[in-house]
Amino acid sequence: MKNLLVLATLVLFLLFACGNVREEKKEGSLSGQPQYAEAQLDKGSQVKFPVYDFESFEPLLHKTDGKTYVINFWATWCKPCIEELPHFEKVNAEQKGNNVEVLLVSLDMPNMWKSRLEPFVEKKGIQSKVVILDDPKQHEWIPKVDMDWGGGIPATLIYNKDKRSFYERGFTYEELNVTLNEFKK
Amino acid sequence: MRALKFFGLLALVLCLGAFSSKMAPVDDGYGIGDVATDFSLKNIDGSMVSLSDFTDAKGFLVIFTCNTCPYAMAYEDRVIALDAKYKPLGVPVIAINSNDPALNAANSYEKMKVRAAEKGFTFPYLLDEGQKIYPQYGAKRTPHVFLLEKTAQGNVVKYIGAIDDNYQDASQVKEKFVENAVDAMLAGQEIAVKTTRAIGCGIK
Repeated sequence: MKNLLVLATLVLFLLFACGNVREEKKEGSLSGQPQYAEAQLDKGSQVKFPVYDFESFEPLLHKTDGKTYVINFWATWCKPCIEELPHFEKVNAEQKGNNVEVLLVSLDMPNMWKSRLEPFVEKKGIQSKVVILDDPKQHEWIPKVDMDWGGGIPATLIYNKDKRSFYERGFTYEELNVTLNEFKK
Repeated sequence: MRALKFFGLLALVLCLGAFSSKMAPVDDGYGIGDVATDFSLKNIDGSMVSLSDFTDAKGFLVIFTCNTCPYAMAYEDRVIALDAKYKPLGVPVIAINSNDPALNAANSYEKMKVRAAEKGFTFPYLLDEGQKIYPQYGAKRTPHVFLLEKTAQGNVVKYIGAIDDNYQDASQVKEKFVENAVDAMLAGQEIAVKTTRAIGCGIK
């Protein structure tokens, strides 16, 4: 019986160690938090939005604070992205009270930040938080967002501390709500 | 002891499950080693172009691109350089615009001619009329490169993905994915990096 107990503990430990590869990463990234504040300052000083390289951006994909995060990858040159933005805006406004936060991650190129991105966000009156991910090493960081992401946008990652799903496609307002409901269970 | 086996197996299965769910294929369409279809598409000079026209070719760099995508445009000069380097070695660039001109007039056949003339394209620039070819290849975005090797069995897919690892700045490139792949193919060696990912404009 004692043996069985030891065994069960061992198995539990194994399971834990296995399932929690991500958890470890999360903790690692938390300690890295000040880094992205720095990155924000030196690279983003000329733009209104924080600018991240992937290393400094990654912690935003692994928060464990009880909120559900909707991370939408987009760019001003991406037509279907622009078309679905209002849905994300609406959800952000409506679901704030439900611990849902939308983050719009612009993949616009540096020469577009001032000329296109800023005017666009201003003109549309976008209220969701906008950040810029500026890291040309796409082949390295795309799989770190999701192993199945081929690189197409629009793409959206929805996660909270219990659940995580990635979608390499656009959303309608209804689809977004249905999907979000799955995260509230 | 039976319990040990059972729990061990359970743990293993659960662990494997956790990982295998993350290993699903990235794209539909062709994978490495598949035989790619030939086509007959209209070139900007009005002629119809097929892979089978290139009797002396050893392979092809089939590149799905377009007139309008900022990423595709960032790579235009590098595509021209690839053609200059590899056409003489038997691996010409074949560029295909698969975007539906009805959705964006800037991707029309006429505008393709304009763009090709502006940039001095040295390779065929074909219109995927009716958008029949790109879904078969599984091209998802522009630019999206498919390196094919001509074999007795047909044109075999050897590499799928990005041109290199830095779209912004050609001088900062550390890994030239396509060049490395073509060089290895021509040398009869195994290609080290066979697929890569990149952000790009979805083909619409």
